[in-house]
Amino acid sequence: MTSSAPPLQRTILQRLLQELCPDCQRLPGPFPVWHGPCPGAQWWPLAQRIHQAGGRLVALWPDAHATLLHVTYALEETLAWVWLELGKAQKIPDLSPLFPAANRLQRAAVDLADFSLAFDAPDQRPWLDHGCWLREQSAPPQPYAFVPVTGEGVHEIAVGPIHAGIIEPGHFRFSVVGEKVLRLEAHLGYTHKGAAARWRQRPALLGHELAARLCGDSTVAYSWAFCMALEAALDWRVAERTLWLRALLLERERVANHLGDLGALGNDAGFAVGLAHFSRLREDWLRLSKALFGHRLLMDSILPGGVRTDLDKTQCALLHAQCVALEPELLTLRDIYEGHAGLQDRFGTTGQVLPGLARQLGLTGLAGRASGMAADLRCHGNWAPYNALDVQAALREEGDVAARVAVRFDETLESLRLIRLILDHLPAPGPAVAAQQNLASTHAVRGLGRVEGWRGEIQVALQLENHRDSLTLRDIHLHDPSWQNWPVLEHAILGNIVPDFPLINKSFNLCYSGHDQ
Amino acid sequence: MWKLFNQITRHGLCTEKPGSLTRPSSATSLTPDTNHGSDPGLTQTPSEIPVLCAAPRDLAPHEAHQRLLKIVGRALTIRAVDAGSCNGCELEMHALSNPYYNLEGAGIRFVASPRHADLLLVTGPVARNMVQALLRAIEATPRPRYVVALGECACSGGLFGESYATHGALSEVTPVDLCIPGCPPEPGFILQCLLTFLERLPASRLPA
Ligand code: SF4
Repeated sequence: MTSSAPPLQRTILQRLLQELCPDCQRLPGPFPVWHGPCPGAQWWPLAQRIHQAGGRLVALWPDAHATLLHVTYALEETLAWVWLELGKAQKIPDLSPLFPAANRLQRAAVDLADFSLAFDAPDQRPWLDHGCWLREQSAPPQPYAFVPVTGEGVHEIAVGPIHAGIIEPGHFRFSVVGEKVLRLEAHLGYTHKGAAARWRQRPALLGHELAARLCGDSTVAYSWAFCMALEAALDWRVAERTLWLRALLLERERVANHLGDLGALGNDAGFAVGLAHFSRLREDWLRLSKALFGHRLLMDSILPGGVRTDLDKTQCALLHAQCVALEPELLTLRDIYEGHAGLQDRFGTTGQVLPGLARQLGLTGLAGRASGMAADLRCHGNWAPYNALDVQAALREEGDVAARVAVRFDETLESLRLIRLILDHLPAPGPAVAAQQNLASTHAVRGLGRVEGWRGEIQVALQLENHRDSLTLRDIHLHDPSWQNWPVLEHAILGNIVPDFPLINKSFNLCYSGHDQ
Repeated sequence: MWKLFNQITRHGLCTEKPGSLTRPSSATSLTPDTNHGSDPGLTQTPSEIPVLCAAPRDLAPHEAHQRLLKIVGRALTIRAVDAGSCNGCELEMHALSNPYYNLEGAGIRFVASPRHADLLLVTGPVARNMVQALLRAIEATPRPRYVVALGECACSGGLFGESYATHGALSEVTPVDLCIPGCPPEPGFILQCLLTFLERLPASRLPA
């Protein structure tokens, strides 16, 4: 009996694209990505139809020369990456009524494109550009126009950009009555480093070094997403063992961050013992990373086409033993956290984002999974090795600090299981992958990588070009899930008291550097 | 609960043997880039800024405390300023407070306001959007104050360097007393650099 290929099932997104943007093509890579131009007249209808079908906006950015505006939408596991050709004096429809995250993405796009594009949106304030950049056209340096709240007894508290603790810079403006927060507005962009421009000046194959340094807590996730995009664009085949080792690194990064956050969350609720223990566990974790992979935060451990270090049997045993030792400690600490009346009093119903609001605002990643948004890339697509690991995504419905703490505990335990599974089934080192060709393809090629980092989905979209016989990046954009989640944090704090803000903020633990870039 | 407290007493205070702190392996290669044109108004050019490339020797936290008491005779207070870092340096600064390094046990404390600080630990390639806040924080720190560049980005500009959005090295915008290289420098190394720096300060520059 001859077996025939199963009929290709078209996803909803694919059908929509076929109807509205018929020139879309599938890009290579572990996730189905459809890429192509979007006719100007279809920009809004496409967004609307995707919104109706339950899709979400992932990223929006202008290309380096401000001639194209790119947008990516995700629906289930399929991703649509479409671009709009920018004409002169054309006002682009505002997507923020459909996808609230579009507001800041569009404002950032205007800043990055040197004001050469305009959106038909009510909010025209600059976002990343504070009027300090060395460019021909920059926003005039003037105070940011926060939305004022008026009424009897309302006053403002301004915090930042330098915060009291050791955290990244950003400004928060609270409007409060007594202790109660009526409105919070964040102003970010303080750590903008012009990373995309720097990338374009460097050889594409060294781009992973920058990717590792965009956000120090998600260095593995960014490096992998970058390498995935690059490998997809060059159509490189990566050894099976490499992919498994990358997943091992990604899970180790997830555990390290969750350990840090769980301790800090206990501390912010006045439970210093929690911080002492979790920071001790985290330090043990980082020291083994240093010993086996050469870097405590695992920077530069993923390279285009490979990983920096392989593991031998003894090293695998060490990693395995560390998971075995950590698990009972974690379970004990979870019992203590869950049984401690003082902690639960601070965690419960604090900073609540209910599933309805989460869906409406497009909350993603870890915070999304604490508010009933069941999205975890590790459970989807043909992403090796996760397609062989049967990842159990954490899910809670309550949407408060307690739920975000619970998701962290669940995910850490799941990661410990995954690490052991990976170690047990690590494919044997295969023959060295044949010298990678394709370095000299003549025309520009695009690639896209998606990785579920500990904070949520990280996306890297890039375009390569062959410039005087060396491979460079013509365009690159990295997207951090914090773009979606920062505006939700502003909702989560409403009606809470000011002293709970550090706790709520920590429970989201959003990224500044990855957001500002 | 008792089990927890027991563990803290076991792991929490001065339990590490001398020699257990790890040295950064790559430190020597991360000296500041002296090619940067320096502001003639600076009191020190980047090449004159002391860079501690290798830790003098390993050090246990209780020993660190003794040395600190000998040098400054009181606590050292630090204000961290992130001038566009990737958060990697911040994570390692956080690690300094964990029970292994037990920073507060050594008499060093991170404080919330620059007005309470003796020393500013500045990270990142000095994003132009952060310059105003950074200079204000330095101004707000009482003298004698020390400005320390932490991490390769602040030391030399790192991978990001100078661009339309960044100044590059911290010494491009303000006089710097010490560079602690590393990407990010490891906590034990940060501690050793700070202590060695204080030890070498002339008496006239010590906090009163
Ligand atoms: S020195 Fe390294 S870790 Fe520190 S901010 Fe720069 S890139 Fe990040």
